[in-house]
Amino acid sequence: MSENAAVGKLKAKFASSVLDVAEFRGETTVTVKKEDIVAICSFLKKEVGYNFLTDLCGVDYLGKTPRFMVVYHLYNIGTKERLRLKVPVEESDATVDTVTGVWSTANWHERECWDLMGISFNNHPDLRRILMAEDWEGHPLRKDYPVQGPDRRPYQGRIS
Amino acid sequence: MAMTETMTVNMGPQHPSTHGVLQLILELDGEVVRKATPHIGFLHRGVEKLSEYRTYHQTIPLTDRLDYLAPMSNNLAYVLAVEKLLGITDEIPERAKVVRVLLAELTRIKSHLVWLATHALDIGAMTVFLYCFREREHIMDIYEKISGARMTTNYFRVGGLSADLPDGIVNEISQFIDAMPGHIDTYEGLITGNKIWQKRIKGVGVISAEDAIDVGLSGPALRASGVDWDLRRDDPYCDYEDYDFKVFTSNDCDTWGRYQVRLLEMREACKLVKQAIAKLKPGPVIADLPKVCLPPKQDVVNTIEALIHQFKLISEGFKPEIGEVYQGCENPKGELGFYLVSDGSAHPYRMKIRSPSFINLQALPQMVVGRMIPDVVAIIGTLDIVLGEIDR
Repeated sequence: MSENAAVGKLKAKFASSVLDVAEFRGETTVTVKKEDIVAICSFLKKEVGYNFLTDLCGVDYLGKTPRFMVVYHLYNIGTKERLRLKVPVEESDATVDTVTGVWSTANWHERECWDLMGISFNNHPDLRRILMAEDWEGHPLRKDYPVQGPDRRPYQGRIS
Repeated sequence: MAMTETMTVNMGPQHPSTHGVLQLILELDGEVVRKATPHIGFLHRGVEKLSEYRTYHQTIPLTDRLDYLAPMSNNLAYVLAVEKLLGITDEIPERAKVVRVLLAELTRIKSHLVWLATHALDIGAMTVFLYCFREREHIMDIYEKISGARMTTNYFRVGGLSADLPDGIVNEISQFIDAMPGHIDTYEGLITGNKIWQKRIKGVGVISAEDAIDVGLSGPALRASGVDWDLRRDDPYCDYEDYDFKVFTSNDCDTWGRYQVRLLEMREACKLVKQAIAKLKPGPVIADLPKVCLPPKQDVVNTIEALIHQFKLISEGFKPEIGEVYQGCENPKGELGFYLVSDGSAHPYRMKIRSPSFINLQALPQMVVGRMIPDVVAIIGTLDIVLGEIDR
């Protein structure tokens, strides 16, 4: 499969920021440095036409370094193309700059990511828990958070 | 000079689909909304976390319970994502794809019927509610005959369908679809020309195309802001490109526009169902891939080998290769997407649901600011949210 046009532009503009480009099942995933995420997202929106942030979430690779990935699914309504951006995030510094200034839809996505995965977003206008209660402790989608909730013994039965 | 001060009030639950799990805090200046803050999460069921402890097959029933007004569409989006992850998209039998389209469009009608019923009820039109639920019951009956369940259908499978359509159901669907445009005429006759209805929704909840894209609206809510985008046409799945259908937009950008777009979509869905019925040919309904697909139901109930096979596939699952995929579907409420990460094990390492209701609700505060309290009711209705999908 030929390289996604956006990847070429991204490499030309942010050569030192692009850490990896992967193709799987016809989808392109670009891993970039987290320091440049806002600049990259702005560039992709304004210059390349990725005007729609479809989704934003975190993935916990417990035991690996860096532990987290924040994943951005972008869509270009004009050319009907998708692109996946990923930024590695260290457990010791689980923060990423917010992209709410680029797409305002990132507001709730980032709140959800903070709430469930414990990744904080710098300069977010309203970073509060969104699905869990305000006084909830822990971040349920982390891999080391027990599936049955806090203060419960790990499930001992068969989980297929 | 008179002093004015804002007053904070709790609003809701008022919409049937919010049934106590959406709290809206309004800051009011008289009757004018100055700020709205939605509070969600009262229902949080942890579907994403649960899926990490289940096999891919075992996750399908969880997806029914997201948007429980459109369970078939949720099943479809999930199984399409798993099929993409496995790389078996080209192996799906023709009949299964046609039935998927047929049921997805029937589900669109069903979901839009609930939207119209409850939206009209919110605004005070009781009769439409009763009529819409009458037709919806008919679709639920069809669901029951096909899948055995009225609401949580769990009908689609990785690689195809759980079973073929029962005898006589196609005729029943045909009769229903033939009558449906007449029913829509009835709804329109009751409210479209009604002055009160028009005054309650025209110019209410206006959101421009640019703002709608920025805040992430999708589906009918986005198309009613003039954005011509539909995944069925622009990122087709289940061979939607072989069907003849129109994508409707409106430049009104308001509640009236969203009302018009959804009504047109219901009419178009009827045409799509008819096309699907015309395309139905006899054949298998699940791919011949014994390593990942369940054996045909008939074999499972008649032979011990197939029963063991099904048991092992459900309990032990299959192991997709390491990778990640995203699959979006044009659901009645917008783009429902599943992002699946595989670590090579039998469980999804991470499943993220991009649920349209969650993101559409985010637009609510900017749509209600400056409007009166009764408009808030109309705007929540026009967003067509389901809290099962918001809280997940």
